[in-house]
Amino acid sequence: MVEWTDFERATIQNIFSKLDYESVGHNALGRCLVVYPWTQRYFGKFGNLYNAAAIMGNPMVAAHGAVVLHGLDRAVKNMDDIKATYAELSVLHSEKLHVDPDNFRLLADCLTIVVAAKLGASFTADVQAAFQKFLAVVASALRRQYH
Amino acid sequence: MSLTVQDISVVKAFWAKIASRSDDIGAEAFGRMLTVYPQTKTYFSHWADLSPGSASVKKHAKVIMGAIADAVAKIEDLPAALSQLSELHASKLRVDPANFKILAHNIIVTVAMLFPADFTPEVHVSLDKFLQNLAWCLAERYR
Repeated sequence: MVEWTDFERATIQNIFSKLDYESVGHNALGRCLVVYPWTQRYFGKFGNLYNAAAIMGNPMVAAHGAVVLHGLDRAVKNMDDIKATYAELSVLHSEKLHVDPDNFRLLADCLTIVVAAKLGASFTADVQAAFQKFLAVVASALRRQYH
Repeated sequence: MSLTVQDISVVKAFWAKIASRSDDIGAEAFGRMLTVYPQTKTYFSHWADLSPGSASVKKHAKVIMGAIADAVAKIEDLPAALSQLSELHASKLRVDPANFKILAHNIIVTVAMLFPADFTPEVHVSLDKFLQNLAWCLAERYR
C-alpha cells in the first residue's frame, strides 16, 4: 500500500489539472520515440517514424500519446489503489502488447521532462520528487502482472 | 551508442547557448538530484549543509559543470578527455556509476525547464547521448 503525503496528493492533482493531455501526451510519447528509438519497435503500424520531424508530426503518435495520458488519469483519480486500477492494463501490456517494462521508465522520464518544460520554475525539486514517485508507482503497477 | 557528427554539432551549439547560465543549471540540477534521489546524499555525508541552495552544493556544482564544459570542448575524444577524472572516480571517490545517469537526468530536467523552446527532441537525444557517453568514459577505469 503506497503512502502518500498530503503534499504529494495535492501536487499530483495540481499538476494533472494544469496539463493539456493531448499536447503533453503527444510531446512525451514523441520525445520517447526520438530519444530512445528502440521504443519504436512497438509501433510498427504507425507509418513514418523515420526522423524526429516525422515522429513529432505523426498523427498516430499524437493520438496514442493522448491515450496514454488519459490512461494515467485513472491513476490520478485512484491514487490509493493504483495496483487494482491497472490490473487489466498490466495484463494487456504483458500478454498482448509484450512491452518490456523498462520502457515504462523511459516514457516516465520523457513525461517528467515535458512537464518540467511546461511548468518551468513551479516544477520545484519537491514537485519533481512527488511526480516521479507517482510515475514509479504507476510503472510498478503496470509490471505487476508480468510473469 | 557513439556520437555522430550531428550529435557533436548539436551538443556544441546547445552548450554555447546555455553556457552563460552554467552556474544556475549546475546548482539546480545537483540540488535537485540530492532532493529527488536522496540516496545520492550518501556521498556527501562530510558536508555540513546538504540543502539545495547551500554554499557546498553550489561550489561542487560549479566543479561538475566546469568538467562537463571541458568535455564538450574535447568532445571528439571523450575517453582521453576524461581519463584523469575516471581515475579519480575509480580509485578515490568510488561513486557507483548508476549515479552518473541520475545526475544526467537531472541536468536534462533542469535544461528543459530553463530552455523549453531550445530543448527540442533533436537536442534532447544528442545531449542524452553525450551525457551517457560521458558517464561511460567516467566509469572506464573502474575495473
